[in-house]
Amino acid sequence: MSTQMLTVEKLCASYGAAQILYDIGLEVGRGEVVALMGRNGAGKTTTMKAVMGLMTQSTGSIVFDGHDVSGRQPYEIARLGLGFVPEDRRIFSDLTVLENLDIGRQPPRKFSDGVAAPVWTEQKLLALFPNLGEMPHRPGGRMSGGEQQMLTIARTLMGNPLLILLDEPSEGVAPVIVEMIANTIVELKKAGVSILLSEQNVHFAELVSDRAYVLEKGQLRWNGTMAELADNIDIQRAYLTV
Amino acid sequence: MNLNAFVFQAVNGLSSASGLFLVAVGLSLIFGVTRIVNIAHGSLYMLGTYIAYSVATKLGGALGFWGGIVLTAILVGILGAIIEVLLLRRIYRAPELFQLLATFALVLVFNDAALWIWGPEDLLGPRAPGLTGSIELLGRRLPTYDIFLIVVGPAVLLLLHMALSKTRFGRLMRAATQDREMVGALGVNQAMLFTGVFALGAMLAGLGGALQIAREPATLTTDLNVIGDAFVVVVVGGMGSITGAYVAAVLIAEVKALCIALGIVDFGLFTVNFSKMTLVAEFLVMAIVLITRPYGLLGREQGAVRSVAEPEEPLRPATTATKIGGLIVLFVLIAMPLIAQGSPYTLVLGIDVLIAILFAASLHFIMGPGGMHSFGHAAYFGLGAYGAALLVKWFAAPMGVALAAAPLVALMGALLFGWFAVRLSGVYLAMLTLAFAQIVWAAVFQWETLTGGSNGVLGVWPSAPFESRPAFYYLTLALAALGVFLIRRFLFAPFGYAMRAGRDSPLRAEAIGLDVKRIHWLAFAIAGCICGVAGGLFAFAKGSISPETIAVSRSIDGLVMVLLGGLQTLSGPIVGASVFAVLQDSVMRSTEYWRALLGGVILLLVLAFPAGIVGGLAKLFARRKAAS
Repeated sequence: MSTQMLTVEKLCASYGAAQILYDIGLEVGRGEVVALMGRNGAGKTTTMKAVMGLMTQSTGSIVFDGHDVSGRQPYEIARLGLGFVPEDRRIFSDLTVLENLDIGRQPPRKFSDGVAAPVWTEQKLLALFPNLGEMPHRPGGRMSGGEQQMLTIARTLMGNPLLILLDEPSEGVAPVIVEMIANTIVELKKAGVSILLSEQNVHFAELVSDRAYVLEKGQLRWNGTMAELADNIDIQRAYLTV
Repeated sequence: MNLNAFVFQAVNGLSSASGLFLVAVGLSLIFGVTRIVNIAHGSLYMLGTYIAYSVATKLGGALGFWGGIVLTAILVGILGAIIEVLLLRRIYRAPELFQLLATFALVLVFNDAALWIWGPEDLLGPRAPGLTGSIELLGRRLPTYDIFLIVVGPAVLLLLHMALSKTRFGRLMRAATQDREMVGALGVNQAMLFTGVFALGAMLAGLGGALQIAREPATLTTDLNVIGDAFVVVVVGGMGSITGAYVAAVLIAEVKALCIALGIVDFGLFTVNFSKMTLVAEFLVMAIVLITRPYGLLGREQGAVRSVAEPEEPLRPATTATKIGGLIVLFVLIAMPLIAQGSPYTLVLGIDVLIAILFAASLHFIMGPGGMHSFGHAAYFGLGAYGAALLVKWFAAPMGVALAAAPLVALMGALLFGWFAVRLSGVYLAMLTLAFAQIVWAAVFQWETLTGGSNGVLGVWPSAPFESRPAFYYLTLALAALGVFLIRRFLFAPFGYAMRAGRDSPLRAEAIGLDVKRIHWLAFAIAGCICGVAGGLFAFAKGSISPETIAVSRSIDGLVMVLLGGLQTLSGPIVGASVFAVLQDSVMRSTEYWRALLGGVILLLVLAFPAGIVGGLAKLFARRKAAS
């Protein structure tokens, strides 16, 4: 990869006395889709939260698009162009689809080399996710899980991110939606947006990812290309399959 | 009593509802976004009345009055923003309820500031230029200004609705009310949002206060009266719901108006003066609403707040050092009458401190390990005190009997109120306990034939062999030490573990077979019972008691003691109560502006020790240890 978008080194994080992450290091290049794999409780979500500045107790170095963001507030990190799509969606259930999108709105931005990042508008996103286009005024609380998943991705895209942390997007949604999400990831990648994707499902990760990191018990166990991981039954058996 | 009078009072109630709505809606918005229960909101309202009075009288005329109202709203709004930036922003990461302590300190400071600037006299503002007349309604005269106020409430409600749905700031506020962390992760600076919402809420309170000057004089007691009413309205309407706040404001105002309209009613056997029942009625409405609709009329269950504070350390059994330290303190306390032979006042203060310790320790028992933030612990203190004093007054009971009865009376009260209270949690539980305490207070205040009303009960002195000061001191010390020891035993017994399990994870606790509600109910009763001992001792220590014993301020004192010491340490309430009692005593005697001084000290402590005094010291030691 020519330019690194995200470089994480020696990332540790704890909840109270319980340490969750141990010296995690990973990199995501520009326009690259990287899968963060591991079973439930391996530390995927905590890694993403720590990168986003949402863990109060974390140490280590996080460099995003040339900026050192460790210890910065989540809103400052988001304003540099790091988008976060949480696993539990966290839709504002009292707000309508359009209002949810409005909360995510940020001005258009450029990569550090001056290339413009893709700019998203409500119209573009409602066209990208036709289901949402059918219900612009519906409150977030009265949508299906899949619709909420699309809305939460669309909401993050309203911030015109350079890199998206996508936490388990395929979890608990219908196969049709999974396919739609996979297509969206491929589209974003084409537009130069990088994605760090957390996943338990090798098949889904294989569809969209270039490389993969495998986590277990808060530690990095393996990394390599997605094709290598797909072929490596031993690693899958040791750290991924249930 | 005729129908016309009812209707007239009802219309009158609508104009009171507007003022109530303005102050309550600000409180509700601030709580929704920042999760801060701003006790100083009534003070902002009070400052609104004073500032508007000054502008109206200095400038005079229509410009002074109407321009003054607008100017006041803006000034109080700016004050709100300043409070948020200078004070609250520094303590958002402190444990829950700590902000409450800070805003309470502001109440003290603002009250004395108003006393200093405007003096102790009530100040009646001018009548509203252009609206000085009145119209005839059902044979009575209704001031046109009241009609104007009736319109103001719904107008502000409408404006707020539009602002919340049509502006980006409004949408951000609604989103942050639900999940402020996510709003931050989407690139929104929460600090700006919090400052904005604080300014808006303060502005509404200032506006509400300013609008009142043509109806009621500005007085120094407004702050706590208004905050009490505003809490009731917010809780009845549902936290965070602005329409709910209006509906509740109308409901409360109408119930009060109805009580006044009923006046004295003769039921044949007995007569009831309903116009004196407004307070009881208000809190009764709140209790009924909370019991039937736990989240208020239009409220919804609040999403669990994602705490930004570090998780609490679990309680640990006392180390040898702590035990030795405790014994040394106990020995010093036992030797106190010998040490302080020269100054008899030391023992008086010592008794006060010991009673405060027992009071605070019993409150801490349910607040810290129990996770139930009671805002009405004074009820059980008062029940104990009145239980003992009334036995002496009516049956000439000896002190032993009266002191034994005190915890029993408090236990009865705690069992009854606790049964309802443990069904709620968080702010709603806090408000319900406050409502119960207010009902007890109002009952004691208004049942003159039994309790002596505002005169209280006099001549409750200790009998032999405890009539001497040192002897009574030893009795107090023995009971306080016993109470504190019992609380510790409860906490480290299986019952205490079950209680803490129920606090940390009610679902998991129930899944392993614990009846969490029952355990918390029992804990509530135990705390009330021990608090009753403190109340009984208090009655005999002072020789007389008055409804003051049960007032809101005592409940708040208890909260301050517990929070000052630190919520999650067992020695916290002891240290907090001692510091607070001594501070209050010494500050009160040294200056007329003791409230401001006390508030200032609390603010400094809050900023310096966001984990409470004991918590802060413990952290300091832990850091030293880690460093060496």
